Amino acid sequence: MRPPRSLRSLPPEGAHAADRQSGIRAWPWLSRLAEHRLFWPTCTLVLLLALNATFNAGFWQLQWRDGHLYGSLIDILNRAAPLAVVALGMTLVIATRGIDISVGAVVAIAGATAALLIGGTLVLKGGQQTYVSRTPMAVAIVAALAVAALCGLWNGLLVARVGMQPIIATLILMVAGRGIAQLITNGQIITVYYAPYFTIGNGFLLGLPFAVFIAAAVWVVLHLLMTRTALGLFIQAIGINPAAARLAGLPERLITVCVYVFCGFAAGVAGLIVSSNVKSADGNNAGLLLELDAILAVTLGGTLLTGGRFSLAGSVLGALIIQTLTSTIYSIGVPPEINLVVKAAVVFVVMLLQSAEFRASVRAWVQRRPLPGAPVR
Amino acid sequence: MSGVAAAHPLRPRIDARVVPVLGAVAVFIVTAGFGSVAYGGFFSPQVFLNLLIDNAFLCIVGVGMTFVILSGGIDLSVGAVIALTTMVSAALVEQHHWSAAAAIPLVLAMGTAFGAFMGWLITRFRLQPFIVTLAGMFLARGLCYLISIDSISITDAGYTAIAQTRIPLFGDAASITVGALLAVVMVAIGIWLAHGTEFGRTVYAIGGNEASAVLMGLPVGRTTVLVYTFSGLCSALGGVVFTFYMLSGYGLHAVGLELDAIAAVVIGGTLLTGGVGYVIGTLFGVLILGVIQTLISFDGSLSSWWTRIVIGALLFVSCLLQRLFEARRP
Amino acid sequence: MADASIGSVILEARGLTRAFTGVVALRDVDFTLRAGEVHAVMGQNGAGKSTLIKVLTGVFPPDRGELRLHGAPIAPSSPAAAQHLGISTVYQEVNLCPNLSVAENIFAGRYPRRGAAGLWRIDWPRLNADARALLARLQLNIDVTRLLSSCSVAVQQMVAIARALSVQARVLVLDEPTSSLDESEVQQLFGVMRRLRDDGMAILFVTHFLDQMYAVSDRITVLRNGERVGEFLKDDLPPAALIRAMVGRELSAAVARQAHAPAAPAHDAHPALQATGLGRRGLLQPTDVMLRRGEVVGVGGLLGSGRTELARLLFALERSDSGEVKLAGEAVHLTTPVQAIRHRLAMCPEDRKVEGIVGELSVRENLVLALQARLGVRRFLRPGKQAEIARRFVQSLGIQVADLDAPIARLSGGNQQKAVLGRWLATDPQILILDEPTRGIDVAAKHEVMNEILQLARAGLAVLFISSEMDEVVRVSDRIVVLRDRRKVGELPGDTSEHEVFQLIAAGT
Repeated sequence: MRPPRSLRSLPPEGAHAADRQSGIRAWPWLSRLAEHRLFWPTCTLVLLLALNATFNAGFWQLQWRDGHLYGSLIDILNRAAPLAVVALGMTLVIATRGIDISVGAVVAIAGATAALLIGGTLVLKGGQQTYVSRTPMAVAIVAALAVAALCGLWNGLLVARVGMQPIIATLILMVAGRGIAQLITNGQIITVYYAPYFTIGNGFLLGLPFAVFIAAAVWVVLHLLMTRTALGLFIQAIGINPAAARLAGLPERLITVCVYVFCGFAAGVAGLIVSSNVKSADGNNAGLLLELDAILAVTLGGTLLTGGRFSLAGSVLGALIIQTLTSTIYSIGVPPEINLVVKAAVVFVVMLLQSAEFRASVRAWVQRRPLPGAPVR
Repeated sequence: MSGVAAAHPLRPRIDARVVPVLGAVAVFIVTAGFGSVAYGGFFSPQVFLNLLIDNAFLCIVGVGMTFVILSGGIDLSVGAVIALTTMVSAALVEQHHWSAAAAIPLVLAMGTAFGAFMGWLITRFRLQPFIVTLAGMFLARGLCYLISIDSISITDAGYTAIAQTRIPLFGDAASITVGALLAVVMVAIGIWLAHGTEFGRTVYAIGGNEASAVLMGLPVGRTTVLVYTFSGLCSALGGVVFTFYMLSGYGLHAVGLELDAIAAVVIGGTLLTGGVGYVIGTLFGVLILGVIQTLISFDGSLSSWWTRIVIGALLFVSCLLQRLFEARRP
Repeated sequence: MADASIGSVILEARGLTRAFTGVVALRDVDFTLRAGEVHAVMGQNGAGKSTLIKVLTGVFPPDRGELRLHGAPIAPSSPAAAQHLGISTVYQEVNLCPNLSVAENIFAGRYPRRGAAGLWRIDWPRLNADARALLARLQLNIDVTRLLSSCSVAVQQMVAIARALSVQARVLVLDEPTSSLDESEVQQLFGVMRRLRDDGMAILFVTHFLDQMYAVSDRITVLRNGERVGEFLKDDLPPAALIRAMVGRELSAAVARQAHAPAAPAHDAHPALQATGLGRRGLLQPTDVMLRRGEVVGVGGLLGSGRTELARLLFALERSDSGEVKLAGEAVHLTTPVQAIRHRLAMCPEDRKVEGIVGELSVRENLVLALQARLGVRRFLRPGKQAEIARRFVQSLGIQVADLDAPIARLSGGNQQKAVLGRWLATDPQILILDEPTRGIDVAAKHEVMNEILQLARAGLAVLFISSEMDEVVRVSDRIVVLRDRRKVGELPGDTSEHEVFQLIAAGT
C-alpha cells in the first residue's frame, strides 16, 4: 500500500527518463516527492486553500468562542466529515473493482431510522420540561447502523452471490431506497427534539467538532484493519488481479460482501451525522448526489476506478478538496450552483488524466518524433 | 448432415430475446387489469391515454436511452439535458423574445451537440460512459444555473398554444397532447432505426460483443458516437415536451429522471449489459411506471413514495431474471 | 468463385520479421499459400505460429518483409482491412455476435436494402434467403433466424465460414477450429474444408492436433524458434519427422537422466494423490494419474495435448465431470482452489501474467499471498515477517530483486516465475503442481528451478511437472505420463529418452 506512485498511475520506465531530462532531476527529493501518490491531491488542496484565503481575508483566522474553535477552516472540516466517511467506505468498494451508487439513499434511510426511533417528546421531569427520546439513544443509533449495514449486505449479496454488475445491483437500492426512507418517515420530515442526539453533528469535543472525531475514528479504525490484518492485502489483490487472487486461495466472495457491508455501514454513520446536524430526517433530500461526490473524492485521492491499490488518506483528502472547492466558490462570490460546472470540469480533467489513451495522445503531441530507422509500430 | 435442430428437440421455438419484453407486456396487462377491476373509472380510454400524456417526455428520453443501453453503455445526463433545454427555451422566449419556431430547433441542436460531444469523448479516449455522462450531468445542470437560479415561467403565446392543444381521438371520446403524439412518433422512429437500419443493427452487435463487432469490420466508433448523439437529441426533444408540460424553465426540473428512464428501459426487457432488447419494450416500461403511479394515486391510502419502492422492486425482479437468463446461456 | 486456378500462388510472404521488446518472434520467414490447398502451419511454443497468423491477418504489421496477394503488395492495417482484401479468419472463439441471428451474423455490415426513393430499410426476407443459400453450400440446413448463441460451436464456426464466403474471401484462415468440437463435428468441418478447397479456396489451417492435421492438409509449413524450418508436402513428412522438425534437436537416444536417490518413503500406505478417470468433456478425456510423496511425475506431450487441462482439473480450477480423486487414500471432492489449498495442494499456473503475479503488489506481498490466504485475515503477517519469509525464498530460489517493495511487474519474467513458485512453496504444500515453471526463463535460472524441484521431491513433496521442454521432463521425472490430443496414451518410466517419449506420442492410438 505504500510504494510511491503519482496520481497519474504507474508511468512506464521511459517517462522517468523524460522527467530527469526536464530538470526535476536537479532536486531529486522533489521528484521522489512528486511520485508520491498523495502529492497531487495535496497540491490541489493547498492551491484551493490559498485561493480561498486571497478572496477571504479572515480565512485562516481561528477564534476560541463558546468553548470551541471557530473559523472557516473548522467549517470545512465539519462539513467534509460525512462525505469523508462515505468516501472511506466507497474506497474499499472501488478497490475491489466495484461501485456503490446507493450510498445517498442509505444515508437517508439511516437518518430516518434514527430520527423515527428518537423523535423527542416533551415531558415534565422534576418540574422542568425536557425532551426524552422514544427509545434509548444508544439503541436508536445501533438500529440505524444495523439497517445501513443490512443495505450494504443486500448490495454485497447481489454482487458476490447473484453475480450482478455492481452498478446495476446498487442501482436498485438507489431507486427504491428513497422510497424506503420516505416509508420510514411517513413522507414527512421528522424533526428530532432530543438534545443529546445533536452532539453527533453539532457537538464539540476538545474544541473541535464532534463529527470530525467520528470521521477520524472511522479512518483510524479502517487504517488499522487494513494494515494490521490481511484485509488490505486481500482487497488490493482482488482488485488488481481477481483471477490470480482466486487461484491463490483468497476468499474473494466473502471479502466482496464485507466491503459492501462496510460501505453501507459508513453511509449509515454519515446519515447519523447529517440528520443530527440538521436536527431532522428528510427522506427526499438527505444525501442527495452524495454518491457522486464520494466517487469523485475517491478518484481525486488517487484510487483508480478500475480497482487495485487504494489510499484511505487520499479519499479523505479528496473529500476535503471537494468541500474546500464548495467553500472557495462561495467565498469568491460566485453563485453556489456554479459548483456543479466546476465539479464537471474537475471530473473531466481527472478522468482524462486517468485515461491511457489521453496520456498517449498528449505524449504524442508533446514528445519528439521517433528517430528514423526505428521500427515502425 | 442437416442442422442442429435435432440436437435440441425440447427447445421451445420462442426466441429467447423476446421473453423479457413479453414479460413487460404481461406485467402491464396485469397491473392495468388489476387497476380496472379494483377502481371504477380506471378502465377508460382517457385514463390510459393520460399514461402517455403524463409520461411523454419520459418515453422520448427512454427511446434514446434504449439505444445507449443496447450498445452496452449508460447515459446519466438525460435529466440534466431536459432541464437545460427548458431553461434555454424559457430564457430565449421570455427574455430575448424569440419565437417558439426559432427556439425549438436551436435547443434540439444544442442537445444533439451535447450528446455528440460526450459520445466523442467516450469513443476517442475510451472513457467509461458512466463517468463521462455523470460529468455531463453536472455540466448541464450547472449551465442551467448559470442562466438563472430561479425558475422562468413561460407565457409566450406559441408555447401556451401548443401546450393546450388537444388532438381528438375516436371522435372526441378522448384526446392526446402534442407531446404524446411526439412520443408515439419517436417510438416508431426508434423501432425503424433498430430493425431497419444498419445503425441500429450495429448497436445491437456492439452490445452483444464489441470486440467481435470490431473484428467483423463494423463501424463501431462511429456508431458509438451516434448513439450518444441520438440520446442527446431524444433528451432535448423530451425537454421540449417537458417545456410544454411545465411551461417553465428551471434547474431543478427532471431531477432523477435518468433513473426513471433506466428503470423503464430495464423493466421493458432490455438487458443492462447490452445487446438484447426492443424499443417497444421501453414503451411498455414507461406505461408500467405510469400505471403504478396512477394506481397509487387512485388508491389514495398509499403514499406516493411507494412508487419508488415498487419501481425498485420491479427493477430488482427484472435484473434478477436477466441475470438468471444470462447464467443459463451456454 | 475460383477466380484463380488451382495451384497458383494466392498469398505470399517474404522475409517476415517481427520483434516484441527484445524477443524476436519471427525471423525472416517466407510463406506461400496456393489456391485450392489446405496448408497447415505447425510449431511448438515460441515457434512464431501465432505471430505469423497475426501478421498475415492484419492484427499488426511486420517490422520487415512484405506480403503479396495475387502478386500485388498489401499491408493490412487491421483485421477488418484484411477482410476487405479477401483474407478472412475464423477464430477459435468464433468472433461473432451471439445476440444476433445466424443470417445477420453472416451479413452484418452488408445488409441488402429495400429502398424506394428515400425509404431505406433492411430487406430481411432477402437477407434470410441469401443466408440460407450460403449455408446450403456448406451443406448446413438450419433455421437462419435463430440466435447464434443457441447454436453449437460447430455450427457457429460454419456461420463464421459462411460469412467469410459472403465477403468473397480468397484466403480462409482457420485458427484452432477443432478445439471445442466432437468427432462428428470435426468430420463435418473437414468435409466443408475439402469442398471449399476443391472450389479453389486457399485455406490456412492452424492446429496442434496431429492426426487432424494429417487428415485434411495438403502442405505443411513448420516453424521453430521464429524461423521457418521448411515447407513440405504432407506425404513427405511422416509424424516422426514432423516432431523432429518442430522440436529441433536430434533427439538423444541415450538415457539422459540425472540420477538421484529416490526419496519415496517406503512406509507410505497410500499415494499422495490418486486420480482415476478424471476428465471433463471438451477439456480432457478420463485420465488416471498417481503421485507418490518424494517423486516427480512429469507430463509429456505436445502443445495442446491436455497437460494444462489436467493440472487445472487436479487443482479444481475446472470442474471435472467424471472420475474421482483420492488424497492419501481418502476420497475428496474438490470444487474450488480454496479447498485444494486446504488439502495441501499448490499450483503454479501456466500463464503467470494472467493467473500468477498480482502486478502492482510488491514482490514481498506476492510471495506471502498464498500463505496469508491460508492463515486467514486475522493472523496477519506483519511487513517485517513478510520480508523475512520473502527473503528466505528470494535466497533459496535465487530471485534477483533489488527492492522487495518494488512492484513485482518490474521484475524480469524469470524472476517473476520464481516468485510465483516461491509463493506456493511458502505454503508448505504436500502436492505441488508445476505448469511450465521454466517458461521464459534464462538457462541458468532454468537449472536452478530444476534443482529446486529435485530438492523438493527429496524433501518429501509429490511433484507434478509439466513442461514443453521434453529434455527437462525426461531429466527430472521419476515417471512420465504421456498425453496426446487430450488423452493419456501411456506412461513411461523415468529412465527413458526423449526419443522414446516422442515415439509414443507419434504412435497415436
